[in-house]
Amino acid sequence: MMETLFPNVKWHIMWQATYDTIYMTVVSTAVTFVLGLLIGILLFLTSPNQIWANKIVHFLTGSLVNIFRSIPFIILIILLIPFTKFLLGTIRGVNAALPALIVGSAPFYARLVLIAFREVDKGVIEAARSMGANTFTIIWKVLIPESKPALISGITVTAVALVGYTAMAGIIGAGGLGNLAFLEGFQRSREDVTLMATILILIIVFVIQWIGDTITAKTDKR
Amino acid sequence: MIEVKDVTKVYKTKNGELTAVDHVSLSIQKGEIFGIIGYSGAGKSTLIRLLNGLEKPTSGSVVVNDLEISSIKGKELRKARQKISMIFQHFNLLWSRTVAENIAFPLEIAGVPKAEREKRVKELIELVGLKGREDAYPSQLSGGQKQRVGIARALANNPEVLLCDEATSALDPETTDSILSLLSDINERLGLTIVLITHEMHVIRKICHRVAVMQAGRIVEQGSVLEVFRNPQAEITKNFVMQVSDSREAKEAIKHILKNYPAGKVVKLTFVGNTSGQPVISYLIKEFQINVNILYGNISETMDGPYGTLIVQLDGDPENVEKAMEKLKTMNIQAEVITK
Repeated sequence: MMETLFPNVKWHIMWQATYDTIYMTVVSTAVTFVLGLLIGILLFLTSPNQIWANKIVHFLTGSLVNIFRSIPFIILIILLIPFTKFLLGTIRGVNAALPALIVGSAPFYARLVLIAFREVDKGVIEAARSMGANTFTIIWKVLIPESKPALISGITVTAVALVGYTAMAGIIGAGGLGNLAFLEGFQRSREDVTLMATILILIIVFVIQWIGDTITAKTDKR
Repeated sequence: MIEVKDVTKVYKTKNGELTAVDHVSLSIQKGEIFGIIGYSGAGKSTLIRLLNGLEKPTSGSVVVNDLEISSIKGKELRKARQKISMIFQHFNLLWSRTVAENIAFPLEIAGVPKAEREKRVKELIELVGLKGREDAYPSQLSGGQKQRVGIARALANNPEVLLCDEATSALDPETTDSILSLLSDINERLGLTIVLITHEMHVIRKICHRVAVMQAGRIVEQGSVLEVFRNPQAEITKNFVMQVSDSREAKEAIKHILKNYPAGKVVKLTFVGNTSGQPVISYLIKEFQINVNILYGNISETMDGPYGTLIVQLDGDPENVEKAMEKLKTMNIQAEVITK
């Protein structure tokens, strides 16, 4: 049946593309999580009335985040070509997509982290301070655990967006399902390839959303 | 134990400067329960936060346990805070941690090893009466139970001072009483110095030894609780004392009686300490041949003894009523004639 519905799909190529998409999504999500969390912490702690309240650092970090968040991803990829070349020596292949994916999504996640931290009860932070907690303890044992559901649902949203970004990164030759749909499906007018690639991307998105929702629900004890 | 010397705290706001605490001096003894009462905005929250360095004074000094809290910072201040615990109106528990984990939190901060931590948490859970609820999350507890966790957490590092920031204001009257009993019990058993801020005179009456009344950043009156109850000076203090002695209904009733029974005198008698045990009424009736009509009565227990008010109507021969009034004064009972 699959043969008749998808006559032009070469399955080993399709699976390789699926693997590439998953690889790019997982690696960039992982790095985005760490980087976004760090930037988010910096944004939060330097905001007014916080422990490291600092107008200049807060303004600079906030501006950088806003700039990178505002550049359309397809343009960001092109702008980052020299940087990627310098970093990896090539602009082809799945790894070449990673810098653009991370630079594009880490600032977005940093904003979500900032929002999550702002939701943490100020009284709890004050209580920790009254017990003699230092800044590291407050970040590690109060801010992060107390905002865990928001941090996880935030990274879920980011990961879903990243799946979309990988498809765009495919245009510049990064591989993955987006690349396959573009080259094999669109340029050669093989609609069945495009359709299959779309189905697989949807499945990846649904699985990510399901994992994210499950963990969020499990960590929320409020 | 705690010496607050001429402390002022000024906040800079958009609309200019705001003096939250205005030249306040206090001296709190070791082992006493000291209450600070005032309406919201009086500066009591700021004052209590000056005691553990969450706020820094603009001028003046705060010394707790021989450490000048107002000038130390960094590691030294964090170390000092482990001995000056705090409990809060909204409990401020970590929702992501169980009861046991919440109580263990200050021990983790102090770097207590795991085995010791577990042992201490167990003791504390017993002390505050939460056995069996160790693995519950705060969201599964009632307000009173949450505050018990807050108290256990505050006691974890064997503090010298416990600061209570409106600790019972979010609780119903019955739960308030049980939390107050627990605090009073801890004070006696552990010899802990307790400083509490509240807007409820009931709290002061129930557990405090001494009280300071705060208004617009200043301490307008302070003294032993019984003394302040017996003889409130400032207008605001009189209002607070009224909270627990005269009920509003009584006032209404008296107004009504004054209107309908203009004869005789309506007198408010105030009894303090052992005088509240005397059979005054029957004595007045027998001795002066007058009628005594009881309009309102109330007796409150304070830490230093009972305090009561009785509002009566004295009726009969005006001369005898006068004599009765004279006699009351010699009995160490305050008598105050209430007029319209």
